[in-house]
Amino acid sequence: MTSESNKRTRAQFEHVSLAFDTPKGKLQIVDDVNYSINDGDFIAVIGPSGCGKTTMMNMLAGFQKPTGGRVLFDNAPVNGPGPERGVIFQEYGVFPWLTVRQNIAFGLTLRANRVAPSEREAICDHYLSLMGLSDFANSFPKHLSGGMRQRLAIARAYAVKPQFLLMDEPFGALDAQTRANMQNLLLQVLAAEGKTVMLITHSVEEAIYLASRIVVVTARPARIKEIIEVPFPYPRDESIHERPEFGQLRSYIRELVMSEYRAQQAQTSFSE
Amino acid sequence: MKADGVKRFLLGAIPWLGAIALWYAVRLSGIVNPSLIPAPHAVAMKFFELLMHEGLLVDVWASTQRVTLGVLLGIAAAVPVGFLLGWYRPARTLADPMINFFRALPPIALIPLVIVYFGVDETAKLVVLFYAAFFSGVIVMYEGVSQITPLYIRVAQTLGASELEIFRKVIIPLTVPHILTALRVALGVAWATLVASELIAAQRGLGALIQNASTYFLLDVIYVGIICIGFVALVMDMILRMISKRLLVWQERAVA
Ligand SMILES: Nc1ncnc2c1ncn2[C@@H]1O[C@H](COP(=O)(O)OP(=O)(O)OP(=O)(O)O)[C@@H](O)[C@H]1O
Ligand SMILES: [Mg+2]
Repeated sequence: MTSESNKRTRAQFEHVSLAFDTPKGKLQIVDDVNYSINDGDFIAVIGPSGCGKTTMMNMLAGFQKPTGGRVLFDNAPVNGPGPERGVIFQEYGVFPWLTVRQNIAFGLTLRANRVAPSEREAICDHYLSLMGLSDFANSFPKHLSGGMRQRLAIARAYAVKPQFLLMDEPFGALDAQTRANMQNLLLQVLAAEGKTVMLITHSVEEAIYLASRIVVVTARPARIKEIIEVPFPYPRDESIHERPEFGQLRSYIRELVMSEYRAQQAQTSFSE
Repeated sequence: MKADGVKRFLLGAIPWLGAIALWYAVRLSGIVNPSLIPAPHAVAMKFFELLMHEGLLVDVWASTQRVTLGVLLGIAAAVPVGFLLGWYRPARTLADPMINFFRALPPIALIPLVIVYFGVDETAKLVVLFYAAFFSGVIVMYEGVSQITPLYIRVAQTLGASELEIFRKVIIPLTVPHILTALRVALGVAWATLVASELIAAQRGLGALIQNASTYFLLDVIYVGIICIGFVALVMDMILRMISKRLLVWQERAVA
């Protein structure tokens, strides 16, 4: 899962910039971002809150057009969302009018990836138990906790088996144990299905544990500060947390992120 | 469960008993000339008299039918129009001032014109009720639809939904609550407009009953008519609320 040169390029940010028009004038959110994601890569994006990570992902998902440069997916400019790019949204987007089971089944009832009802039920049961939601299969999301909604959103996205996963802080609302579970589950799914992933996270440990490459972005406007190769081969297990290289990498990345965080603090206190 | 229902019923009855007591009190206090306020029991007696001998039910039915038909037609038109306005911002910019202009016109003000163009028969009354229901419903619909967050549509898109599937499986479920609210608002407005619409030479109907009674200064009949309107409107609203509760079990809070 490392970015060897023989791997096919799946996604490319080519000098991508994005500015929003606001009442106060142009607001630059993303500035000249340039990198590519190869087949089988696991990219983790890390950077201070509000810097433009979600915006970056939205452009690859197809919800937003760059105002400069190009975003390519499979060598063609991204032109709207598609089922080959599964998205786990920061706000979950669990459908409140459907039960937990119906939420997981939603994608499987669509023409694009319809399966026989028996298989659909089997897939639902599988993810219900993996996500620890079996007891709530027939509840509506209003009865779920934040962490449960997040797991439901993950299950719904996994169920249609997209080759490319865009995950926006997918484990942010989970307790440490559940979070570790979900991380390991993701690694298993990747090993079995060979997906390509772009994951946004605030956790340096999570980024190192999961990713093959870590993209550290600057405070707004988001530029690439540094791209770091993670030296651990897959399959990985939790023992890598104990490795000395892990600790060194963690301190190094933390320092990068902290300096951007400080830059952001300075920025906001200036503008106020 | 059962005891709970009884308790709720009793609690609901208190304000009514209070209102009747207040009614007696005002009458007995002498602040108002008692001949101008029929006693509650006199009104109740009048109610039974009208019910048995004057065909009160025919009036109730005539009005209920008009209101129901006017609201159904009005909302049937308001749903697609409100939806388009809520969904397509340019359409909204275009139509907003005009909708607000017509909405601000009290339907009563249109009655002379309606008589000129539609005569004085059933169609004319329907037109006024349709007008009232349409403009109140359209506002509720487009306010509601324009507040639908794009998040759910985005989720469906990333799961592979086609335009049609998004419409059927995401937009319709998100629109149902607004249709129900529009129905409830329109029903309220339509009952309010009823008397006006029955001013157009109606033979029967609660509005006509009140109208005729006022010509002869039959205060007790007016009271009966008013109470009947309130009661039928209340029952219709309760039915709609029950339907809403069924359809919207998933909502965080029941429709208020
Ligand atoms: N439609 C918009 N118009 C104007 N500004 C916007 C718009 N959408 C986002 N922004 C701004 O863009 C910036 C980046 O937002 P974004 O959601 O990408 O941040 P983020 O890096 O994902 O942050 P977090 O880690 O908190 O999720 C924010 O400052 C936000 O206010
Ligand atoms: Mg974000």
